[in-house]
Amino acid sequence: MFDFSIFTTWFDALLRDTLGLGDFWSILIECVLVGAGILAGYALIAMLMIMMERWVCAYFQCRLGPTRVGFHGTLQIFADVLKMLVKEIFFVDRADKLLYAVAPLLVIIASVGTFSFLPWNNGAHVLDFNVGIFLVTAISSIGVVGIFLAGWGSNNKYSVVSAMRAAVQMISYEMSLCLCLITAVILTGTMQMSGIVEAQTGAFKWLIFQGHIPAIIAFVVFLIAGNAEANRGPFDMAEAESELTAGHHTEYSGMGFGFFYLAEFLNLFIIAGLASAVFLGGWAPINIGVDAFDTVMNYIPGIVWFFGKTLLVVWLLMWVKWTFPRLRIDQILKLEWKYLMPLGLINLVLMTIVVALGLYIK
Amino acid sequence: MNFTLLITVLVTAITLVVAAYVMAKLLGPRSYAKVKGEPYESGIPTRGSSWLPVSVGFYLFAILFLMFDVETVFLYPWAVVVKEFGAMALLSIGFFLVVLVLGLAYAWRKGDLEWK
Repeated sequence: MFDFSIFTTWFDALLRDTLGLGDFWSILIECVLVGAGILAGYALIAMLMIMMERWVCAYFQCRLGPTRVGFHGTLQIFADVLKMLVKEIFFVDRADKLLYAVAPLLVIIASVGTFSFLPWNNGAHVLDFNVGIFLVTAISSIGVVGIFLAGWGSNNKYSVVSAMRAAVQMISYEMSLCLCLITAVILTGTMQMSGIVEAQTGAFKWLIFQGHIPAIIAFVVFLIAGNAEANRGPFDMAEAESELTAGHHTEYSGMGFGFFYLAEFLNLFIIAGLASAVFLGGWAPINIGVDAFDTVMNYIPGIVWFFGKTLLVVWLLMWVKWTFPRLRIDQILKLEWKYLMPLGLINLVLMTIVVALGLYIK
Repeated sequence: MNFTLLITVLVTAITLVVAAYVMAKLLGPRSYAKVKGEPYESGIPTRGSSWLPVSVGFYLFAILFLMFDVETVFLYPWAVVVKEFGAMALLSIGFFLVVLVLGLAYAWRKGDLEWK
């Protein structure tokens, strides 16, 4: 497979040796480029997600979706962003101004932070800690604080109710998310993102093949819990439009609302990206042990594999959103604590037995 | 290098938010009216503060989450070494998992998992 780190080491050498820059300047330039890359990727993928959501939703409801602005409505999203940027940002008089202003920042930090962990290609990742998966769950939980502060700080009755609902739902489903990731870590034996993907290269090595039954259960539970964690339907109790207007972001206008919108769609992509990186092999191509087939598959670039798998999972989650009706709060909590949690714990033991007895595909 | 990148990511996120806020302040109109500063509650005049005591059910689940989440944190380092330890790993974590499950069962039996 093509290793993207060849490019990064070449660029580093270019700055240090060819241009003769010192440690400080080369690291600064690299960091600025990485930051710009993250911003560009973040914005582009958010736009892609929003457009995809509109078209998928229209498809499921037998309508056309946006068609007017640009060719088949492709420029609609740019028009929306422009509108959000030029709208006034105003504060509610009795709101807690500090919490109100800080909340979108926390939501965006959580979202950008987890976004940077995704493995795009062999060697192409921004953050790659040896405690990667653990850090992802840690950073993503900052988002709960952001949403809670947004609702609480608005001093609006709808927002406060929504904040409580969102908080209790997100912290509950974090448990299942953690348990599923631990199940995956047991099989791969590492928490590092690149290590997890590397453990899935080879014939039938994707985690859902390698770990068969327990891995598939973990994958499905991860998707359900991830959907709830991203606050999307059927788990969108927190922003149930028909009863809470817009939930925790009722009082936000312009870009303040825009950030919640961005983060919501990016979280969908991140959940799908994590699912594909941890369970579906990330950039690892599908290999079946037949030389001719494997060689052809290995020629397809890793980023195509990663995007393909991720968009497939995104499409699956959108399908779920537009098919199932919204759950009540008691149903949401019952599903988590009485079904997914015990299932996750049993699955953990099952996976340990499978690994201990060597029943996985080696 | 890893921690430099972590700080870069953090700064990037903050830049994104601050830049968009500044842009909105520069581009957007500004006006003030007393009604505009009221919270939107479907057109009904707001009465009293919204920071009221909320249902105790939320707190129960928060406490349960605290206990179980701390326990899953302990599982991460164990999960990394399962492959090396084999069957010993299951034995060594067995007691811990039994306590975890007993805790869940106790909460279930006590009715803490019901939404009240």
